[in-house]
Amino acid sequence: MTRLVRNIALLCLPALFTLHAGAQVSNDVVKIGVLTDMTGAYSDLAGAGSIIAAQMAAEDFGGKVLGKPIVIISADHQNKADIASSIARKWFDEEQVDAIADLVTSSTALAVMPIAAEKKRITLLSGPGSTPITGESCTAYNVHYTYNTYAMAAGTGRAVVQQGGNTWFFITADYVFGKSLEADTTQVVTSSGGKVLGSVRAPFPTTDFSSYLLQAQASGAKIVGLANAGADTINAIKQANEFGLTKKQSLAGLLVFLSDIHSLGLATAKGMYLTTAFYWDRDEASRAFSKRFFERHKRMPTMVQAGVYSEVTHYLEAIKAAGTDSADPVMAKMREMPVNDFFAKNGRIGVDGLHRHDMYLAQVKSPEESKAPWDYYRIVRTIPAAEAFPPLDPRCPSVKK
Amino acid sequence: MLQALAGQLLVGLINGSFYALLSLGLAVIFGLLNVVNFAHGAQYMLGAFVAWIGLTYLGIGYWWALVLTPLVVGVLGMVFERLCLRRLQGLDPLYGLLLTFGVTLVLEGLFQNAFGISGNSYPVPSLLQGGTNLGFMFLPRYRAWVVVASVAVCLGSWLVIEKTRFGAYLRAGTENPPLLQAFGVNVPVMFTVTYGYGVALAAFAGVMAAPIYQVTPLMGSNVIMMVFAVVVIGGMGSILGSIVTGLGVGLIEGLTKFFYAPAADVVVFVVMALVLLLRPAGFFGRSR
Repeated sequence: MTRLVRNIALLCLPALFTLHAGAQVSNDVVKIGVLTDMTGAYSDLAGAGSIIAAQMAAEDFGGKVLGKPIVIISADHQNKADIASSIARKWFDEEQVDAIADLVTSSTALAVMPIAAEKKRITLLSGPGSTPITGESCTAYNVHYTYNTYAMAAGTGRAVVQQGGNTWFFITADYVFGKSLEADTTQVVTSSGGKVLGSVRAPFPTTDFSSYLLQAQASGAKIVGLANAGADTINAIKQANEFGLTKKQSLAGLLVFLSDIHSLGLATAKGMYLTTAFYWDRDEASRAFSKRFFERHKRMPTMVQAGVYSEVTHYLEAIKAAGTDSADPVMAKMREMPVNDFFAKNGRIGVDGLHRHDMYLAQVKSPEESKAPWDYYRIVRTIPAAEAFPPLDPRCPSVKK
Repeated sequence: MLQALAGQLLVGLINGSFYALLSLGLAVIFGLLNVVNFAHGAQYMLGAFVAWIGLTYLGIGYWWALVLTPLVVGVLGMVFERLCLRRLQGLDPLYGLLLTFGVTLVLEGLFQNAFGISGNSYPVPSLLQGGTNLGFMFLPRYRAWVVVASVAVCLGSWLVIEKTRFGAYLRAGTENPPLLQAFGVNVPVMFTVTYGYGVALAAFAGVMAAPIYQVTPLMGSNVIMMVFAVVVIGGMGSILGSIVTGLGVGLIEGLTKFFYAPAADVVVFVVMALVLLLRPAGFFGRSR
């Protein structure tokens, strides 16, 4: 009898805890700061669109979680690590921000992550792509949500080699990001049976690629891999067409966003392969979200912006499930609950913070194939999460434990 | 190897003709007005955008844009000279530099706000599409046109300044404006026209660049530093110096891209530092 009573009491204990924790929303508000690039090179692929996405997520959640209001604030980090970290400190210390979202540009993410970890707040990364974020620089309070350079390299690199593009030449932006993109892709290409014939390191930023394109032509490689981003990629693609490179060789853009294709135009970008985490016209759910987003932003969402909506929603769900906005239980819930929405099917957040979900190999449509504005991609293949993302990196301290 | 080198030299020449066109405008303005026109990059960007806006919203094609855009942007430049720059005359050149730099930031901000950062594509005109295979490289027809047009405009400007009466006034104004005015030449109007002409050259370069580079609000900032280096190497205010140096710097840059690409954006400044050490007034400049 006493045992029965004890058992009942034990069973009730977690429930009691949850009830008690229900009151635990710090400062009676859940505040999420969107820290992004508002005017610089990445303001089209993240920027104002990321803020709108976060606001939509809060509104769709009902504006409240655990009975307390959700507040979205935002700031411009200008792609500078020092500015990002000083804003983050101010937000954490003076404005009771619980989580920071987006953090496009890897350097800003890497600067803010340790500050957040030290203060036990959460970072929800959508824009940045470097792999060290969930490798040697990982923290226990971070989620790397949308993509990383490995996923881009693995997706595009393997697909292109399988289609017969087995000799490669790289035009690489001469800084950390470009080099890591080149290294990741080289690994995938050689392990899939391809060969890298050479590469050239172009200073960042470069506007005229003609010299590098001539070198790429001279290499005789079937595929010219563009290990760069933003304006560099756009100019390289444009001029590759001009110099007739695309007649005998093919381009592989290793980090291309919907906003880049929009500004290039289909006539120039057609036929190119790319990897993406999200495409608005993929299924009913993605279309529904994207149309609502378009109403507000007048542009279709990029994968970074869609990722911000999804990660903020997942964070709020985790708060609801945990019954508190305290970072440790919320992080545990975020890892425990799969992500199932218009963005990801059965996505899982690992102990390293990396969100592993399906990626998509897309090919850019030709102007004739495109039926409507923003009808840009044909999804060629779904890349399963296990293939798209790397396994746990033993250099990440959370993995060692 | 030799073939590849020939290709790189030709590409260098193409880039060099852009530098020549832009630095010519800067040199003309500095020579006469003693203004370091930092807005030159923004005016180049303005040229590209005016051409793009004309094509997209008004259906004005490339060839008309090539004529109309420099006129429109040149007139805007003259208004700016009349209303703003004029008031800084006689002050330290630093004030002009600050004003034009500020205008650059404002213009770039406005266009960024209106058109976003990734910019827009301007198609290559149908007459100049495609190219020829030269054996050692594929030369796009449009790039060949860029070299021809730039060299023609540069030579034309040089001839006007060196061989005509107006050019003589200009050169006299460079030396001693009050004396020239005393001879009955309307120097203030000449200043305005000259500034407008320099700005028009920048806009012309912008239209030439639109089909090659993405038309973005920051396209001017990317190129202006290089152009300033060209002007310094050639000798501030020297017309011939800016043309020759523009082409030369393009060639040097092309060679660097071939032999050691990561240094391509530094090599010009190394040359500039060397020139300043050995010939502080630049290759073609005279010390004042």
